[in-house]
Amino acid sequence: MKERKEFNGGIWQTEINVRDFIQNNYTLYEGTGKFLSGPSKKTKKVWDRCVELLMEERKRGGVYDVETKRISGICNFAPGYIDKENETIVGLQTDAPLKRMVNLYGGMRMAQQCLDKYGYVLDADIHSHFAQYRKTHNQGVFDAYPTEVRLARSAGLLTGLPDAYGRGRIIGDYRRVPLYGTERLIEDKQNDLKKLEGDMTDSNIRLREEINMQIQALKEVERMAQTYGADITKPAVSAKEAVQNLYLAYLAGTKENNGAATSIGRTSTFLDIYIQRDLEAGIITEEEAQELVDQLIIKLRLIRHLRTPEYNELFGGDPTWVTESVGGMGLDGRALVTKTSFRYLHTLINLGTSPEPNLTVLWDENLPENFKKFCAEISIKTDSIQYESDTVMRPLYGDDYAIACCVSAMRMGKQMQFFGARCNIAKSLLYAINGGVDEITGVKVVPGIEPITDDVLSYEKVWENYEKVMEFVAGMYVKANNIIHYMHDKYAYEASQLALHDTDPEKLMAFGIAGLSVAADSLSAIKYAKVLPIRNEDGIVTDYETVGDFPKYGNDDDRVDMLAVDIVKKFSSELKKHKLYRNAKHTLSALTITSNVMYGKKTGTTPDGRKQGEPLAPGANPMHGRDKSGALASLNSVAKIPYKDVCQDGVSNTFSIVPSALGKTKTERVDNLVNILDGYFCQGAQHLNVNVLNRDMLIEAYENPDKYPMLTIRVSGYAVNFHRLSKEQQLEVISRTFHERV
Amino acid sequence: MVADRLGRQKLPCGGFFLGVNMAKGKILSIESMGLVDGPGIRTVVFFKGCPLRCLFCHNPDSWDMSDGSEISSDDLLKKILRFRPYFERSGGGVTFSGGEPLLQRDFLLEILKKCKEEKIHTCLDTSGVGVGGYDEILELCDLVLFDVKATDENSYKKMCQREMGECENFIEALKRVRPETIIRQVVVPGINDTDEYMKNLKIYIENEIPFYKDVELLPFHKMGEYKYKALGINPPLEKTDAMDKEKCEFFRKKYFGGKTL
Repeated sequence: MKERKEFNGGIWQTEINVRDFIQNNYTLYEGTGKFLSGPSKKTKKVWDRCVELLMEERKRGGVYDVETKRISGICNFAPGYIDKENETIVGLQTDAPLKRMVNLYGGMRMAQQCLDKYGYVLDADIHSHFAQYRKTHNQGVFDAYPTEVRLARSAGLLTGLPDAYGRGRIIGDYRRVPLYGTERLIEDKQNDLKKLEGDMTDSNIRLREEINMQIQALKEVERMAQTYGADITKPAVSAKEAVQNLYLAYLAGTKENNGAATSIGRTSTFLDIYIQRDLEAGIITEEEAQELVDQLIIKLRLIRHLRTPEYNELFGGDPTWVTESVGGMGLDGRALVTKTSFRYLHTLINLGTSPEPNLTVLWDENLPENFKKFCAEISIKTDSIQYESDTVMRPLYGDDYAIACCVSAMRMGKQMQFFGARCNIAKSLLYAINGGVDEITGVKVVPGIEPITDDVLSYEKVWENYEKVMEFVAGMYVKANNIIHYMHDKYAYEASQLALHDTDPEKLMAFGIAGLSVAADSLSAIKYAKVLPIRNEDGIVTDYETVGDFPKYGNDDDRVDMLAVDIVKKFSSELKKHKLYRNAKHTLSALTITSNVMYGKKTGTTPDGRKQGEPLAPGANPMHGRDKSGALASLNSVAKIPYKDVCQDGVSNTFSIVPSALGKTKTERVDNLVNILDGYFCQGAQHLNVNVLNRDMLIEAYENPDKYPMLTIRVSGYAVNFHRLSKEQQLEVISRTFHERV
Repeated sequence: MVADRLGRQKLPCGGFFLGVNMAKGKILSIESMGLVDGPGIRTVVFFKGCPLRCLFCHNPDSWDMSDGSEISSDDLLKKILRFRPYFERSGGGVTFSGGEPLLQRDFLLEILKKCKEEKIHTCLDTSGVGVGGYDEILELCDLVLFDVKATDENSYKKMCQREMGECENFIEALKRVRPETIIRQVVVPGINDTDEYMKNLKIYIENEIPFYKDVELLPFHKMGEYKYKALGINPPLEKTDAMDKEKCEFFRKKYFGGKTL
């Protein structure tokens, strides 16, 4: 065995600085995917076993097993294995694969509902002791919620708030563990603690407590790693240790909490440095390198959390958003593409398609052509990749950021997010017409708004009221999130993840909107056609008669597209008028996950012709069937929604195209997709989910789910196994626009 | 004014008004992501109006010129220019299809000129049945997709419900201007999916348009049937199955393989 070369030095040696280590040591790869290796025998054995388990999980109604004798905790479970002798990378959330843990810290009632639904009973002692001695996040939140928030929640104006489950979207810089070892990381935290000796203000007290919790958590991660025979206290030496230790650091976060999105960060180019070094020293072969990656990805595919039926209604398909960001450019102009970037994407071939991990390519026109083509080829084959614009994010987040969940960028280890779910901007428009009274329940949700009593709606009057509604909603929405994150920090702190951040990282509070296209089209109808409101006996407008045609969002028509822009600008600026918990910075997204179906259910008929209960369009997508000018016109409309300073938490767009419309030959399809992505992102767009498939196949999969057990499609910022969506969600996906050219 | 089936409008004096309203065009729709009608990513503009009634037509909604939205060439150009980022990267451009774009001669000329001024690659998808002025139009086309319907008068009439004469005028113009030309032929089961027809087609093309660049055989499909139903028309080939794509590809390779890009 040859000697490994020394890493190139840099400031990473004197301070915790993973980026500097990467920049000084990575090997850019500009070639094709020809070097890639198939799955090893060991990988095949482990994955075959997983496939059996996944089938069984499906047969059991979606949950394979639940641990009821212990609850969540970094070191609360005995080590578990899938097929011990063939696992190159080890570690499971509980003591067995697919066995879900119970997290009580978020809220007892929520946990109880999950257990009831799947027929499990929590150990009686745990239940009674926890209920008696421990207050939960959920209790804290509801102790503090004001009436206006409660009203907005029950009306469906605010939904999916993380007030009873883990907020997630926090990405620990898991690379720090293999690079530095926990001893050094603990030492660093102890130094930070020493610096906080001044006046004991609220924030100093809190920080001191948190740092100690972080140190405690790192020690627990060490113990957990030990149970798997891994020593993470020192820097990793081999590629295998690097992958293993990074994974264990990640795993700890998924044992500690049940965060909605538990993303892994940006690990491929970091790990490539170790893999490349071992390859060069002749210590491992390409097949073994791929084995390490395949086996890591297998583990990420098995991450599970126990969710309630209501949660599944919002976030269909049992997602965990183990998002990994691949590619992107460095600030020095070198692409951050390595052979391991290819190896990660290649797992979709070696192991078959899969929604998790949520592989996200950070796109820039200057990425190596071969890499761009490789991504497009994998997309066309698997429908499992999403694309986000490194071009728009890099100037704002540098070149060592990653995506949490679907579209949320944050600097690795230097920023964290307070996830704030979303509010219904389409319903808000109905409140503008009905004087703040809910069109379905008749309850007054927004005070201080005069109902519009005209026979024909006037655009000026409606917009004026809409602004007032947005002003109120923004303030109320901020209150809800300030309370949630205060309580989450207090009762369900993610110590192991935050231990892998700089002390007191910058906070981003991510607000969101649903129903953007419906709101824009409704305003367009009022402005360009004639909209006659139809009122019920209580004077509430419950239906509309729309006379004449009007421009619709999704056709690259500024008349309506700029209305969508006006909405997000207004709402964003209103949010920014309110001070945030821990001086967080406001961000906003147009992203719905699958909640557009549920939001639609709770939203009355809208002036654009959408009937009560019908789904809203997902994310920033145009309403299906209304984008009649082809895919690029639709993309051009979405590209107008501003990212920087407005929707800076992301603008989600999902597009589906039938294979034959993408080009006649395989090569043409790949080239066309690359050109579409370049053309879309050069206009300042931020996100694109790509599906290349036929609607007929989805209809068949809807009717015969057994024929397509692994069918993966991208929905809104993530991918799902189609069969895991509810029937309603499946129908909504089928009804979406499929770009085709007859 | 009432237009006849050629889209010509009868003037009160009894003559014809050639072209529609000079600066305004009648458009069925715009497909912003055309990836199969010419090279690269293309904006495909579907013109209204067609004098033919091809049995296999999948755009019957384009036949009638009395409806459809009117657009000025400036406005159309603005829409086309929005997709320039995609053209530049992919080597694409604009394709004028239909319907039959040649029917709106003056409008087509105007928009072609404006696109050329903007250095956009222009492609004309046509059956060659218009109202004359072909040389001037073809001078402005970087590429022509010429749809051959049939190779002899009888089968042409059966296929298109019209005499072959006008498209011969167009072919004469093609020969004079010689733009880059790709031949397209829709292959329909039971009508022209035979070796005999393919042989005739090859002879016909090599005699008439020897400078052609390539031949595309387009398999007849059923995806336009819903449009007939929406218009209350019985699809003429309702009982005919979609053409087998592999058989089509087999013919292409056998008869036209040498010319493929």
